[in-house]
Amino acid sequence: MSANSNVPPPLDRFSQPDPGGHFGSYGGVFVPETLMTALKELGEAYDVARKDPAFINELRLHLKEFAGRPTQLYFAERLTQHAGGAKIYLKREDLLHTGAHKINNALAQALLAKRMGKKRIIAETGAGQHGVATAAACAKFGLECVVYMGAHDMERQALNVFRMRLMGAEVRGVEAGQKTLKEAINEAMRDWVTNVRATHYILGTAYGAHPYPMMVRDFHRVIGQEAKEQILAREGRLPDELIACVGGGSNAIGLFFEFLEDLGVKMTGVEAGGHGIKRGEHAARFAGGRLGVLQGCKTFLLQDADGQIELTHSVSAGLDYAAVGPEHAFYRDRGRIQFAYATDDEVLETFQLCSRLEGIIPALESTHALVEGLKRAKSLSKDKVIIVNLSGRGDKDVQQVQAMLAKK
Amino acid sequence: MSRLTAAFDRARSENRAAFVAYLCAGDPDFESSVAACRALLANGVDVLELGVPFSDPLADGLTNQLAAQRALEGGMTAARVFELVRKLRETSQVPVVFYTYYNLVFSQGVEAYVREARAAGVDALLTLDLPPEEAGELIAACRQHGLDTVFIVAPTTPESRLQVIAAAATGFIYYVSREGVTGVRDQVAQDIPAAVARIKRHTSLPVAVGFGISTRAQVAEVGAAADGVVVGSALVNCIRDNLRDRSRIAPVLAAKAAELSAGVKRTRA
Repeated sequence: MSANSNVPPPLDRFSQPDPGGHFGSYGGVFVPETLMTALKELGEAYDVARKDPAFINELRLHLKEFAGRPTQLYFAERLTQHAGGAKIYLKREDLLHTGAHKINNALAQALLAKRMGKKRIIAETGAGQHGVATAAACAKFGLECVVYMGAHDMERQALNVFRMRLMGAEVRGVEAGQKTLKEAINEAMRDWVTNVRATHYILGTAYGAHPYPMMVRDFHRVIGQEAKEQILAREGRLPDELIACVGGGSNAIGLFFEFLEDLGVKMTGVEAGGHGIKRGEHAARFAGGRLGVLQGCKTFLLQDADGQIELTHSVSAGLDYAAVGPEHAFYRDRGRIQFAYATDDEVLETFQLCSRLEGIIPALESTHALVEGLKRAKSLSKDKVIIVNLSGRGDKDVQQVQAMLAKK
Repeated sequence: MSRLTAAFDRARSENRAAFVAYLCAGDPDFESSVAACRALLANGVDVLELGVPFSDPLADGLTNQLAAQRALEGGMTAARVFELVRKLRETSQVPVVFYTYYNLVFSQGVEAYVREARAAGVDALLTLDLPPEEAGELIAACRQHGLDTVFIVAPTTPESRLQVIAAAATGFIYYVSREGVTGVRDQVAQDIPAAVARIKRHTSLPVAVGFGISTRAQVAEVGAAADGVVVGSALVNCIRDNLRDRSRIAPVLAAKAAELSAGVKRTRA
């Protein structure tokens, strides 16, 4: 929108947050003292691993043979025709093993935990995709796995709960508060504080205390690296726009990061608009939030005047969260990433449209990106190219959508 | 000298540890909470730690989570928490430490919050999710307005961080004797004397020990090694157990505080 007229300073794509984990005024380390040493050790272990060819090669092998990378960049011909404008390509992270991009990070962190000698893994999950990915990685590597999940999310994502349990994970329901992702993270952090010496916490998004936002981003960078090669091979040029949904923001930063220096590529993160931007009815942090500190970092939060965290709502459990990854806030300030939101109604409609036109059932989370992708495509000419990150598949959502449609 | 320092000095001059009592402000409602705090203050409490209820208390166990939830559901707000302190100040000069989460401070503007806390009669801030590395703004504001900044040392804190924490802390250092969240435990940690001695190599501040201490015997045991003993969940449970007849909360707490604070009376020969 307006920010493109202000050309931002060039970005060094190998740049890291400062030693304290800050992306500008965002990020940092805001945790109880008990965790400070564990986070420092994790940062150090990651710093060694990321430069170790043995780690990189082993991870690459697992991503290929276990997860199914590379994923295809698919030309969505009928969605493109439907919109009548720019070409829409889908980055098919939905084709990965366990059904979403989450496996990139889960495999990498499980491998890192093994290197660190930690035999017990904990994780939080919202929609269940990160929980399922972590359960799969733990089964593969023979690690004990405990997943915290809000009781409300367990209901709306019952299939994923069963999957996790099949793969040997213990799923612990969280009854506190709103019984969704935020409460699951609180409970995972309480577990970590209690069992920190032998436990690694596989945080599922580009959020939390340093080094998580940087590390999770790095583990998803492969999405953008592949997409860049694929679009150059297919179209002979860079895309005009990239669009991805943003809960914590891991799939988005994974796709965007490789293109940050390509200033001609517009990037849009799509938040959950829920029932619209009214207090307690959405999860669009940039539309209704302000700066605050929650669960490890400083970033945009939905909060009331006193600083209490507000209730959120989204049709998609994976985007139903009161805070956004700090790096997104940083690039938004610099005008490099724009943000939009999609409402539940738009998402329900596009969920069906994509299924019908493309034979692809998208995750409700990813459908938020599709909603914006279709809007953008309509407004652009046919020679333009858009890549939408189809971060996950919608099998997990069909029961919920069926019930919602029956009510309409 | 701050009220907090004076309280620890007085306990030391009496050859005993200070008794630090925790309740969540506004649990279960404002009036009951005022009465509950007064019951503590009249029964041997040297320092009152007031939990400021937060929607996402990730360092707290279930007992304190539910207390915060009751307080918030009972209508507690930032303004009411300050009002509670002003109310206590009408009758008591016992130091009050806010046990809080950083967003409740940060979201108000750090300096403005600290100024208001001071005006209400708060003596110190203990911000659970704010390590010294991120606390520059808070420390500066607290120094400016004369509030102490209490920081936590954990069993996992290495020697190298003790210096950083000692440099940031005033009033006292809070040693959490166990990895984990707040809550009652059957036994107190075994290695408290060694841990307190380790901390004292880096600071002349008093060291108070908490997490899991719930009986008079435990208070006495910890009080023999530390400058202060913190009891929280055992007191909060007195509120939890009397929600049906809230008039009982204050007398039950008075008896409990008297019983527990007696534990510090005989801590040193």
